[in-house]
Amino acid sequence: MASHLFCGRVNLNILREAARKDLREFLDKCSGSKAIVWDEYLTGPFGLIAQYSLLKEHEVEKMFTLKAGRIPSAAVKNIVFFVRPRLELMDIIAENVASEDKLQPRDVHILFVPRRSLLCEQRLKEKGVLNSFTNIDEYILDLIPYDGDLLSMESESSFRECYLENDQTSLYHAAKGLMNLQALYGTIPQIFGKGECARHVANMMLRMKREFAGSQTQILPVFDTLLLLDRNVDLLTPLATQLTYEGLIDEIFGITNGYVKLPPEKFAQKKQGEGGKELPTEPKKLQLNSAEELYAEIRDKNFNAVGAALSKKAKIISAAFEERHNAKTVGEIKQFVSQLPHMQAARSSLANHTSIAELIKDITTSEDFFDSLTVEQEFMTGVDTDKVSTYIEDCIAQKDPLIKILRLVCMQSVCNNGLKQKVLDYYKKEILQTYGYKHILTLKNLEKVGLLKPQSTMRNNYPTIRKTLKLWMEDANEQNPNDISYVYSGYAPLSVRLTQVLARPGWRSIEEVLKMLPGPHFEERQQVPTGLHKKRQPGENRTTLVFFLGGVTYAEIAALRFLSNMEDSGTEYIIAATKLINGTSWIKSLMDSPEENLP
Amino acid sequence: MAFVTANWNPLGEAFYRKIELYEMGWNLKDGLRECLVAAAPYGGPISLLKGHNRRSPSDRPQLEIYSSSGLPLASFPWKSGVVKQLGWTVSDDLLCVQEDGTVLVYDLLGGFKRHFSMGNEVSQSQVLETKIFHSPYGTGVAILTGALRFTLATNIDDIKLRRLPEVPGLQGAPSCWAVLTQDRQSKVLVANGSHLFILDNTACTPVTPPGLSPQASSIVHMCVSFSYKYLALLTDSGHVWMGTSNLKEKLSEVDTKIKTPPKQMAWYGTLLLFPSAVVMWDGLLIVVGECKETIQYHLDDDSILVPELDGVRIISGTHHELLQEVPGACEEIFKIASMAPGALLLEAHKEYEKESQKADEYLREIKEQSLLSEAVRQCVEAAGHEHEPETQKTLLRAASFGKCFLSNFPPEQFVSMCRDLRVLNAVRDYTVGIPLTHTQFKQMTVQVLIDRLVYRKLYPLAIEICRYLKTPEYQGVSRVLKHWACYKVQQKEESDEVIAKAVSVKLADAAGISYSEIATKAYESGRTELAIKLLEFEPRSGEQVPLLLKMKKSPLALSKAIESGDTDLVYTVVMYLKNELNRGDFFMMLRNQPVALSLYKQFCKHQEQDTLKDLFNQDDDHEELGNLYVKASYKDQRLEARIALLQSAVDEYYKAKNEFSAKVKTSDSPVTVTFFSSIQKSFLPQTFDQKCTLLFMIKTKNHNKYCCLSHRDMEGAAEAAIERRNESEISTVLSRCSATTDHLLMERLNRAKATAVKK
Repeated sequence: MASHLFCGRVNLNILREAARKDLREFLDKCSGSKAIVWDEYLTGPFGLIAQYSLLKEHEVEKMFTLKAGRIPSAAVKNIVFFVRPRLELMDIIAENVASEDKLQPRDVHILFVPRRSLLCEQRLKEKGVLNSFTNIDEYILDLIPYDGDLLSMESESSFRECYLENDQTSLYHAAKGLMNLQALYGTIPQIFGKGECARHVANMMLRMKREFAGSQTQILPVFDTLLLLDRNVDLLTPLATQLTYEGLIDEIFGITNGYVKLPPEKFAQKKQGEGGKELPTEPKKLQLNSAEELYAEIRDKNFNAVGAALSKKAKIISAAFEERHNAKTVGEIKQFVSQLPHMQAARSSLANHTSIAELIKDITTSEDFFDSLTVEQEFMTGVDTDKVSTYIEDCIAQKDPLIKILRLVCMQSVCNNGLKQKVLDYYKKEILQTYGYKHILTLKNLEKVGLLKPQSTMRNNYPTIRKTLKLWMEDANEQNPNDISYVYSGYAPLSVRLTQVLARPGWRSIEEVLKMLPGPHFEERQQVPTGLHKKRQPGENRTTLVFFLGGVTYAEIAALRFLSNMEDSGTEYIIAATKLINGTSWIKSLMDSPEENLP
Repeated sequence: MAFVTANWNPLGEAFYRKIELYEMGWNLKDGLRECLVAAAPYGGPISLLKGHNRRSPSDRPQLEIYSSSGLPLASFPWKSGVVKQLGWTVSDDLLCVQEDGTVLVYDLLGGFKRHFSMGNEVSQSQVLETKIFHSPYGTGVAILTGALRFTLATNIDDIKLRRLPEVPGLQGAPSCWAVLTQDRQSKVLVANGSHLFILDNTACTPVTPPGLSPQASSIVHMCVSFSYKYLALLTDSGHVWMGTSNLKEKLSEVDTKIKTPPKQMAWYGTLLLFPSAVVMWDGLLIVVGECKETIQYHLDDDSILVPELDGVRIISGTHHELLQEVPGACEEIFKIASMAPGALLLEAHKEYEKESQKADEYLREIKEQSLLSEAVRQCVEAAGHEHEPETQKTLLRAASFGKCFLSNFPPEQFVSMCRDLRVLNAVRDYTVGIPLTHTQFKQMTVQVLIDRLVYRKLYPLAIEICRYLKTPEYQGVSRVLKHWACYKVQQKEESDEVIAKAVSVKLADAAGISYSEIATKAYESGRTELAIKLLEFEPRSGEQVPLLLKMKKSPLALSKAIESGDTDLVYTVVMYLKNELNRGDFFMMLRNQPVALSLYKQFCKHQEQDTLKDLFNQDDDHEELGNLYVKASYKDQRLEARIALLQSAVDEYYKAKNEFSAKVKTSDSPVTVTFFSSIQKSFLPQTFDQKCTLLFMIKTKNHNKYCCLSHRDMEGAAEAAIERRNESEISTVLSRCSATTDHLLMERLNRAKATAVKK
């Protein structure tokens, strides 16, 4: 059921099982049949922990979405609210509870995810419904296992909250999540970090460790190092268009909670023999994780190398099917038949990915895509970053999607360490005039987080950073990569370079560059109880947990996986993030466009 | 070793033995005569109230508390009302039930804790009799009032008084009664003559014990076993009826042949094979069991019986004894001519000590039946039940000797028994005086034992035991130290500094200490300063906050909440402050805490938009105010309101001195243009309305004029006003002109005004 979690270096299924156990325990607390009322946002993350079948085993008979008004009728003994601790949700719950049928009282429970909140309870009290709840509990769901080497908090607005609104709730949850992780996988002896938020999280972790002193579990540490990275240390990477297979799927179709929705047309003809059937109108939903053998193989490849991989796979599969002609004896045939299910699964997986690849190819071969990629690469290599880009001008004039414009403008600003006032004003004016004055708020937000800024008197240090960290590799090999720069066909993500340098030769070698990047860098050590010091076998790799505060892109994950698999790297990486992001979803989370309320 | 069985008495198939626990350390002139006595189970303390019926103020009764070994723990004159009954709670607190239904609670060392009342009805009709009982819910009090009604409280820590229904035909005090706990409910069993009734919340049900001998005309005494499983009734004909407490089954009926009413009756522990009861008269004690025979003991002195889990303790003026059934393992080993493996092993070891070859013979005998592990097990178990350390040692040595000839024998039982015994011997010591048996110890757990030691303020011993048993620090040493500190902070004579230092030094290395609890204690005893000092040591900020709020140290609470990183906690403090302080102070406090401020702003954004405006206003944050107006303008439905809001936004941006204010004067002001475009975009596609555009133009022009005015650009202002030929506007500009500097301009304006008026 969760086979994708076993495959990595660290068995993340322990975490999933712990989460499932807690869930079961809570459900059993409310004895009898129950209906769950979901905060819609939570259904995705919960899907990564437990399927409906688990809920069903524990007498969950109905599921509703949290809405104002009455709860739809259901003959159940318990109503359970699964909600985030948000005040606006409390108001809805209060309304729900107040309109419950007084004659047939049902037990009402509330489960806060990821943490209960006094503020919300206070609100429920004010509304006079706090006493109606039989159970008020919390379900600690911080780090959700997403794949064999990937943990996500699935906290959408974390970057916005931390950098724009100065609300560090998600950092608190991150620290708590890391403490939980350490309870299951042992104390992490070394903590490195870069950035304000990283510092904050590390401080909280050290503080919590002191708080829990005396109740520690004795577990041999699984992780050797924790690296905390602020997203705002590397603003550039998410802005660039990802060029790995998975990255492109995310850029084009968007992956949410491990699922992607694809246009149905391509997948329609797949069912041969039912020719007369209508085209499906529902988008096709696919789960993407490393449980699928083929996907695990190609997800992190540069898209230009995916075609070759797919055709190779196709050959292998058809060869495997050809085997049947060679099968002469009954025994051989039996062996062949026993492999059939596996082969058929492989074939359908191949068919799916061929279709996806076709869909992506349609876009990547378009002129538009090529032009904008060229401009991105120009910015990243530092060409003409101090002038108004004619390409951006054209795009605005053609009223291309605003997010695309913002991505490019922000990228130019980041690569130039701020734009000249005149250039900045020009862009802003153009954007406001074309897309509407309401976007002034978005622009202000982008300025606040540092994605857009006027050039200060300081020298543009981006070229220095680029050169020292080798962020641009001219000869990126897309087919058989030898460097992480293949994920962006030339650009090596800054965040991953920092990780790479940390492992070897260490940050001391790039002290100067680190100083240019925002926020402090630091190193902390946590005492590991004697007797639990890991004795490393010769040739055994170190395990590093890299935590991206503010989100991580699929291309960065691909780059880290590439580093793990490099023969002489000596380090394997497990990745954690507040959320999996791409440039579009990221910029979107920072936008503030008031709803128009037309007369 | 023959003497071991010297004090054994057979009863049916079992043996009973009486062990002397202590020679009492107290010095009582009249023994226990004329005293109200209460002794807590599990070797708990004993309280005495001498002369409790005395009422004259000059000659007050004396309340004394002793340990089980008779060492004084506390003593003070009783100044309150007449006490009807004394009793101990499960947490070693003393309850004194007064005639008027008031219950006073004292701790083990005589410190007054609190009092509560058993209700008006009780205080009016006075307490006739009262019983204190223990149930899974805690300690309860049952009272029979002068009006012959029962009032019950099942848990004194959470008092819910229940008045039970009337007993039919009850004329005077019932001959006897007892409290039962059945089906998670406390009930009262009352005997009125030969009639028995069970009282629960709603009803009074008559019951008859099956097979009660017919000679009896009245039930004179009853008692319920420790676990409420069994019931014993004594009739006036001298018969003891024993059965289950649900009155469904009879175990036996024994004739004691004594017809005088007894002083006390008690059950033996119910963990044993043969349940039996003890009846006590003056100078005589009878043990009755399943068979017809009885054992009789003569008592020299007035005594009381304390029922225990596995026996009965007998406390007299001079001695403290334990009467118990001889445990199986001990019986097997020590019974005369026993051939049980344990007995043989003990014998073998004895011979071995004497360096006799017989040791081998005995050993062979056990090994031939392959019962050696059983023999070791028996010796270990028997050691646990023996009271004398010497006997314990002999048995353990024998066990260890036997172990040598066994491979793969699990050592846990032996090791843990040695540890347990060491602890038990330590607490049984005369100076500590907690005579626990091994069975009781296992039942009450180490945790509770530690608590008991803590109540007695025997901190060093408690810590030693924790360390010795390797209790996790969190539950063991740290907990004891916390109690110690809580006690320490209440010592009034020492200064804050000294105490804070003493506490921090002693607790420095202990993990998982909750300083906030200690601080709460300090605060409760009126030492706020000390509480704050102690809170400094608390590593968990979350714990500090509620107490700080309680102590009205809100700024500190706020900064601690922020330190913890828990935003929910910050919100909690902020909301508290919002209600406590006036708005100005509240804003001021937030201003000094940027994290709290930004969180509050987030809160306001979703909940209280107006407050947000005030906040920005106070901070002169015109930029944000501008943003706020822009947002509001998009929400508004009416065109005029929208424009007005956008206008305010422009004003704010202008005040914020951002790039727009600088450009606002130039002709292609971005504001104008963007306004225009935005308005056009939002309105015109739907309703292209000439008037609307016009209105907009005027407004922007108007705006220009105001800008000029405030910038003292009189000429610009005049220009705009004249161009629009608006009389009132011209007057406004005129009023701003000073006669000396703007002479020419004034003339021009006056001319324009005249033409405007003409039109």
